[in-house]
Amino acid sequence: MSTVTSSGQTGRALTPPEQPKPKMTRKSIAVWGSVAVVGAVCWTVLALARGENVSALWILFAALSSYAIAYRFYSRFIAYKVLGVDNTRATPAERLQNGVDYDVTDRRVLFGHHFAAIAGAGPLVGPVLAAQMGYLPGTIWIIVGVIFAGAVQDMVVLFFSMRRNGKSLGQMIREEIGTIGGVAALIAVFAIMIIILAVLALVVVNALAGSPWGVFSIGLTIPIALFMGFYLRYLRPGRVMEVTVIGVALLLAAIIGGNYVGQMGLADVLTLSPNALVLALVVYGFVASILPVWMLLAPRDYLSTFMKVGVIALLAVGLVIARPMLESPAISDFAISGHGPVFAGKLFPFVFITIACGALSGFHSLIASGTTPKMIGKESQVRMIGYGGMLMESFVAISALIAASVINQGIYYAINSPSGATGGTPAAAAQFIGTLGMTITPADLAAAAQSIHETTLISRTGGAPTLAFGISLIFSKAFGGGLAAFWYHFAIMFEALFILTAVDAGTRVGRFMLQDTIGNVWPKYADVSWKPAAWSASAAVVGLWGYMLWVGVNDPLGGIHQLLPLFGIANQLLAAIALALCVTLLIKHGKLKYAWVAGIPLAWDLIITMTASWQKVFSGDPKIGFFSQRNLYQSALDQGNLLKPAKSLDEMNLIITNATVDGVLQALFALLTLTVIFSAIPVWIKAAKLGGLPTSEVPHVPSHIVAPADFFATADEKQAVREYEAIERELAAAERELAGSGRPR
Amino acid sequence: MKAAALKAGRGILWYLKQSTGEAKWDEYLERCRNDGVEPTSRRDFERHRAEHNEKNPRARCC
Repeated sequence: MSTVTSSGQTGRALTPPEQPKPKMTRKSIAVWGSVAVVGAVCWTVLALARGENVSALWILFAALSSYAIAYRFYSRFIAYKVLGVDNTRATPAERLQNGVDYDVTDRRVLFGHHFAAIAGAGPLVGPVLAAQMGYLPGTIWIIVGVIFAGAVQDMVVLFFSMRRNGKSLGQMIREEIGTIGGVAALIAVFAIMIIILAVLALVVVNALAGSPWGVFSIGLTIPIALFMGFYLRYLRPGRVMEVTVIGVALLLAAIIGGNYVGQMGLADVLTLSPNALVLALVVYGFVASILPVWMLLAPRDYLSTFMKVGVIALLAVGLVIARPMLESPAISDFAISGHGPVFAGKLFPFVFITIACGALSGFHSLIASGTTPKMIGKESQVRMIGYGGMLMESFVAISALIAASVINQGIYYAINSPSGATGGTPAAAAQFIGTLGMTITPADLAAAAQSIHETTLISRTGGAPTLAFGISLIFSKAFGGGLAAFWYHFAIMFEALFILTAVDAGTRVGRFMLQDTIGNVWPKYADVSWKPAAWSASAAVVGLWGYMLWVGVNDPLGGIHQLLPLFGIANQLLAAIALALCVTLLIKHGKLKYAWVAGIPLAWDLIITMTASWQKVFSGDPKIGFFSQRNLYQSALDQGNLLKPAKSLDEMNLIITNATVDGVLQALFALLTLTVIFSAIPVWIKAAKLGGLPTSEVPHVPSHIVAPADFFATADEKQAVREYEAIERELAAAERELAGSGRPR
Repeated sequence: MKAAALKAGRGILWYLKQSTGEAKWDEYLERCRNDGVEPTSRRDFERHRAEHNEKNPRARCC
């Protein structure tokens, strides 16, 4: 495939002059034929195997072969036919290159940056909880969802933002759909971000509460990051690699050291209650968002990225070596009854809500319309960065799903059921697990906790402990050495590290958004270096997610149980907003016949999010509907009764308040999304009638850069790059000669 | 064999330098050399880059 063109060619705005014909040689037909056969075999095994020993590798290879085929064929179709990527057209990075925001970046480096920005704890948490439905629904949704929805959204938003000098999602909606849609999108983005931060923080709180080892290791990441920050600032500026090596070594020492908190006499001090952790996180979030970035945020980001890539690679290798068997059923009874203890609701729509990141994540549209589009060197690279980056995140989600599905089912439900159900003790939990139709003894539960040096695993909800337990099983089996406890805390550490990075970066982004919005009416407030504005905006953002976090931690019904659906729906609703923009732009660009590429995922996403929103708001089942839950507890309270799991009148009131807040938020998110959709529809109709409408796309400017399109450069591409570089060198030399020396650039 | 390993090692080092932004400094020195300008100190250069990050927060997704 050759997508490289010589410099100076001009092309049309919408249809690229060169669309590489799929030249399938015999060899490539054979290769892709075998990939298809492998995929088909894996999927058949997954579809037919029931109640017997099924290896987790079937899932892994079903995923990998599906990704390969989707990338090779579908993403190529979208890039060249639907979007019409045009390599004769200069990207914003080339036109506006300033070495800072706009900066032509090597495609593989940019892929790394983009992946590090989109992937965090989300794809690790959702699939773990969705394992309640069995492994099959999650597997199918993660793979099919990413191919037809998630990766498409990321790539198309990236492309359209790139064609508009890297405008943000909100700006594009305002300009291409209208002011009302734009305002609704802005509020939705802000509100959704708050929920996401609260839920992520809740995962950390649940993982660290009552775990002195975890608190010790995670707590030490703060001084480690500070040390790295000062090192880079004062000792050896710019030496990021060496300080990251030092940081990772210290981090590993912190994990190992955690095992000795007992001997150090710190166990009692570090055994924190959930509420103490909430306070710590809120204070941390506030301080982190007003401290200079170099001091805490940037070094933490280096650590987090390094750990992210390292652990994902390790997990892939570990899975192949350990070849674990799936303990979870293909489809569980809870998928049909809708009364699972982890979260309420039936397979449809809740499996699609619980797994957002990894299949379809609206939040990515903010990244794809942020920094990444300003760094792309060639238009054709949107395919590997947008589509490829999301496939990689999906792979992380599949690995997490496998890690959760190889855990003994009794242990899985003991970890993930709320404490109101398990009673918190091995004996009561074992009895509760019995009522679910599984058998486990109190001794087994105690032994499982003992194996990873934790006092208990019962009701350690939130997903992180489950994933860490699964990872410790896989790694112990793969690498041996009886290191289960180390691997467990290693996994907790890496998940908490991601989340804290997301929390401090997110708080900062939220603060900037708030300052920018208020700045529209009070310009002074938008000055990001004006302390009163910075501090008050940070406090507002932290206060909002801190409140939701506190609610989540103290909810007797189980915070994750209540908040996770809200988080998933919010993220998917943001995806609906992003996909609506994609449909709008395709039609406005006169590509009505291809609008289905974004239209089908949009329709599906609206079906699941609106069904789920409807159920969460209006369902008469108090386990699902927020308002019927509210009514149930309110009427009991009116008669002076306590209703399980509440143990006091205060807890009754708490449940009532939380259910009301959650219900109102749920309804608000859905209404904001519908506002965007309904303001887009008239634009679609008008544009469809006229065969297109003018857009804010930047006109064609010829590109001079030559760079390969894909992960691996073809021979033609390499040759073209060599020729280009030779010409560049000659030009530079000639320029120097002409200008003489000493001319400032 | 040895040549291939060396090449891979160089590739990895190049990738890490690019990803961490360390390469920016080398590129800056190269530009200064080409233009015949006296480069500023590394400390000032990195300060300048940090200043930019301060005003342009990058979101991290979930």
